[in-house]
Order: sequence, then C-alpha cells, then structure tokens
Amino acid sequence: MEITKDTIKHVATLSRLAFNEEELDKFTDQMGSIINMADQLSEVDTEGVEETVQVVDRDTVFREDKPEHWQGQNRETLMANVPEKANGYIKVPVIINKDEDE
Amino acid sequence: MNYLNENIDSLNKKLASGDLSADKLAQDTVANIKDTDKKLNAWITVVDDAKPAENLDFSKSKLAGIPIAIKDNIITNGIKTTAASHMLYNYMPMYDATVVSKLKKAGATFVGKTNMDEFAMGSSTEHSYYGATHNPWNLDKVPGGSSGGSAAAVAGGQVVAALGSDTGGSIRQPAAFNGIFGIKPTYGRVSRWGLIAFGSSLDQIGVMTKRVKDSAEVLNVIAGADEHDSTVSTREVPDFTKFIGQDVKGLRVAVPKEYMEAVDGKMREVIQKQIDALKDAGAIINEVSLPHTKYVVPDYYIIASSEASSNLQRYDGIRYGYRAEDTKNLLDVYVKSRSEGFGAEVKRRIMLGSFALSAGSYDRFFRQAAKVRTLICDDFDKIFAENDVIVGPTTTEPAFGIGEEVSDPIKMYNNDILTISANLAGIPAASVPAGLVDGMPVGLQIMAKRFDEGNVFKTADFIERSNKFYEKTPTGMED
Repeated sequence: MEITKDTIKHVATLSRLAFNEEELDKFTDQMGSIINMADQLSEVDTEGVEETVQVVDRDTVFREDKPEHWQGQNRETLMANVPEKANGYIKVPVIINKDEDE
Repeated sequence: MNYLNENIDSLNKKLASGDLSADKLAQDTVANIKDTDKKLNAWITVVDDAKPAENLDFSKSKLAGIPIAIKDNIITNGIKTTAASHMLYNYMPMYDATVVSKLKKAGATFVGKTNMDEFAMGSSTEHSYYGATHNPWNLDKVPGGSSGGSAAAVAGGQVVAALGSDTGGSIRQPAAFNGIFGIKPTYGRVSRWGLIAFGSSLDQIGVMTKRVKDSAEVLNVIAGADEHDSTVSTREVPDFTKFIGQDVKGLRVAVPKEYMEAVDGKMREVIQKQIDALKDAGAIINEVSLPHTKYVVPDYYIIASSEASSNLQRYDGIRYGYRAEDTKNLLDVYVKSRSEGFGAEVKRRIMLGSFALSAGSYDRFFRQAAKVRTLICDDFDKIFAENDVIVGPTTTEPAFGIGEEVSDPIKMYNNDILTISANLAGIPAASVPAGLVDGMPVGLQIMAKRFDEGNVFKTADFIERSNKFYEKTPTGMED
C-alpha cells in the first residue's frame, strides 16, 4: 500500500496537527513503513469472525443522573488550570480570523 | 533510606516497633531519591516536604507510612501530573485517582511522580519531555518503558513499591529490564479513574516491587469496584498474599513455542532453567502454540493508536495544559498547541490512529484488527481450558542501549511482541526476574486466565524463592 504525502497531509488535518515540509517528508516515509507493517493483518482469514472492541465483564452500567458536590471542590479550584479566563469563565480566542474581524 | 534490602514486611516491623518513625522514613527517602536520581533521572516530580499521613496504624495497614512512587500519568491532588508531556507541563490536578485515594486511606506516603514515555507511548522512557531514565544495572542502557521511571526507582532502591500502567507491556517489560517484579492485573481488576487515558480497552494500572509479596500487598489495597469506573468488575477481590508460599505441585504450565523461539540461546537457557525448576517441583509442563503471535504487533499498534487518537483529542489548549501563543483563531489554537505540545512519538501514534479510523481505511485496518483480536483471545481460551498458567520470556532481549533504537519506530514497536497479547485479551500477566544475560536482568513472564492473579502470584513467588534473584544488587548503583 503506497502512502503519499497527500495522504499524510489529510491525516494531519484530521488529527489537528501541522508539519513543516521537512517533517512531512520524514513522516510520509515513517508512516508508510508503519502502515505497511500494520497491513500484514490483511493476510489473516477473518471470514465470519466477530470483532472484539472491549474485554469488560459487565454490561452497560447505569447510574442516576444527579449532580453531586464533588470532593469538596469549589469553582475556583476547578478553574485553576485554565490558561485564560475572564469573570469566572474560560476565555477562548475568536472563531474567525482576527484580521477578518477588524 | 535505601531500600535495596528492604521489603514492606521488614519496614512495617521497624515502624511498628518504633525503631523507625514514619517522618524519618519519608525524609530519608526523599533525601536518597535526590542523591541517587542524579544517576537515574527516574523522577519528574519529587515532593520535597513529603509527610506521612496522620494517625497511622501499623498493625492494621501494612502500607502505613510506606513511601510509594506513582507513575506520572496517574492523577495526584496537588502534585503536578504531566504524563511526561510538554502538553501537561503545568497541570496541577485537583483530585486524586481512585488508586491514589485508596493508597492514602491505607496510610501510604507520597514522595513523587516517576518518569515515563510521553503519555505512556514507548518502550524505553526515552520519549519523555523530561529526558531519558537510566537503567540501575547499567546507566548506559534504557530501563524499558513506558513505566521506566517506576522500574528504575524500585530497582535502584529509591522506593520499595511503585505504581505503573500497562497498555502493551509497560509494566512487565521495564520490570524485566530492571530485575524486579511487575504485575499487570486483569483488565477490570483495578479502577482506571484518574489514569490519563491512552488505549482505553487495554490500559491497566498495576504494581512494581522488588519482592512478589509486596505487589500482592499493594494490589490488595488498589483492586476492586469503583463507582467512577464502570469497567471495573464487581466480583470479590481475594487476599492476594494467600497465594504466597504455596507449592506448585500439579500446576499446569503451558510454554508457547513461539515465545521460546523469539529469544536467542543465552536467554532461552535462563528461561528454560526457571521452567525446569517448576517441573522439578511437580508442575506439569505442556508445550503449546499461540499461532497469531506474529500478528500481535500490527494488531496492537492499530487498536492502541486508534484509541489514542480519540483519547488525545481532548488536548486542545483551552481548559488546561499547554496553549500556544500568537494564534489567529480557535482552530489555530488547537493545531498550534497540539503541534508544539506533543512529542514526535505521540504524533506518530495519533496519525496512525487517525489513519486507521479514517474513511477508506476503517474496514481494512481498524475492523480487521478488531477481528484478529478475537482470534488472539481464542488462542488463549484454548490454552487456558487445559492449563493454569502460561510462562515464557517477557522480552526478546535484555535492555538495549540509550539512543540505540529511538530513531527506528518499527524496531521499537517489535520490543512489545511478547507482552501485547495479554492486553488484547485482558488477562493478568506479570514479569518476575529469571536471571542475568551478559550482566543485564531478564524476566520470566507469567500469564493466567481473567481474574486469576492468584496463580500468577503463586508461580512468581515460587520462581522468586527458587532463584533468589533479589539478593543481587544492581551494578550501576555500586560505588
């Protein structure tokens, strides 16, 4: 299976990652060999085999949907890791470009 | 305080008799870590003023006053938790993982957080934002990974016990490389609430100690149902220390031929010696086959990376963690924060996962991997219908040199070929020291059927008693 630079660019967009040209070349090579290693799986006959996506011994577990006061924490400590905040809210940048906004 | 010749029972006795105070133990532990970590770099964060819990009852809890290391992907309230990533370089948790709450209740002392591969992705602890950890047996070698910091901390005598996590061998491979015991319990035995997610159908928290019984003591405390993690089984947790000191007569031991063929002559000899000891003690040895072994590496890297690409979507620079500067708009914050915050190996896994899940690749990669996973599980079911445990080498070779494999991802991935299957099948598996090859430790892996950690402990304890590897001192710590 051939992995092209365009494939890698597309996957980078899906992954919300950006690479410069040099990194893209390196990644195209590396990802190509990793994906080809992974493609060995197509040799295995899986006709009629069910998929395994989890190995849990319980069915779906339900709980009541009710709020609880959690480990005695207040709003301020819960917000402590937020990089930018204003008036007790998380601040995010504008969604459209700054220059377009002006 | 240096723990090379201590275990939980010996420390508990000193604490209970008053020969040693928990305060002094905490202070001496931190002082020794600071001193010896110049060699090892096993820690990301050390708690300078570590203090034991109050009102300790040494007769009720074996862990009372015992300093325990926590891998840095397990959340600790008020102690920085980074998962060895630039992405979380400033992350200060405001709650404890369930395993940490349970250890606190048992009176354990928290002295810091251990180094690891970024987000637990790696087999050498070289993929850490905080630099590589060194192997206490030879400082030029890797300690394995991803729980390499926890393994080096235990082997180097910095602590008597550490928590690790294991998604594809991240407890067992470093345990083997450092000449200690490490157990990945059954998927669903220990709560993962507060474990920074990597591959959610594979991740499991476990224990690393020099002595087998010490892991049983710690697992007794951290195992069991948790309302915050619905994947944890509600079945009863046995007292795992009951399985220590038993004989192995009649134990049915399977040896997969693919595992024995994966190692060279010197290593096979050391592993065979352990199997012979089991046989001499009356265990029944059966050669078996795990026919899908050659497919477990690709199978795992597709499944684990797919789950990782989904789990790591949350790192967007908005609510916590690293946020890039000079951004134009919201999308730019996401892309720049992620591109600058994640290291190369994490990016590779996210990319592989996004690829395997993307339109046009999903059937050929992800679904096919999920089907092959069923066949791998079936192989184990067949063996466990007629056997109690499976044993073989934990790794294909002893620890490799720092810098030797880090630029070759495929070579690095193949390190995990003997450990991955246990995660895919969700079964308990451990590594116990088997001996030395060219001066470096190698491990015997022991696997059992789901929720049968008992037979793993029983077998490992027998091996520990028969080869007494714990009497050896790591060569890199002598001077």
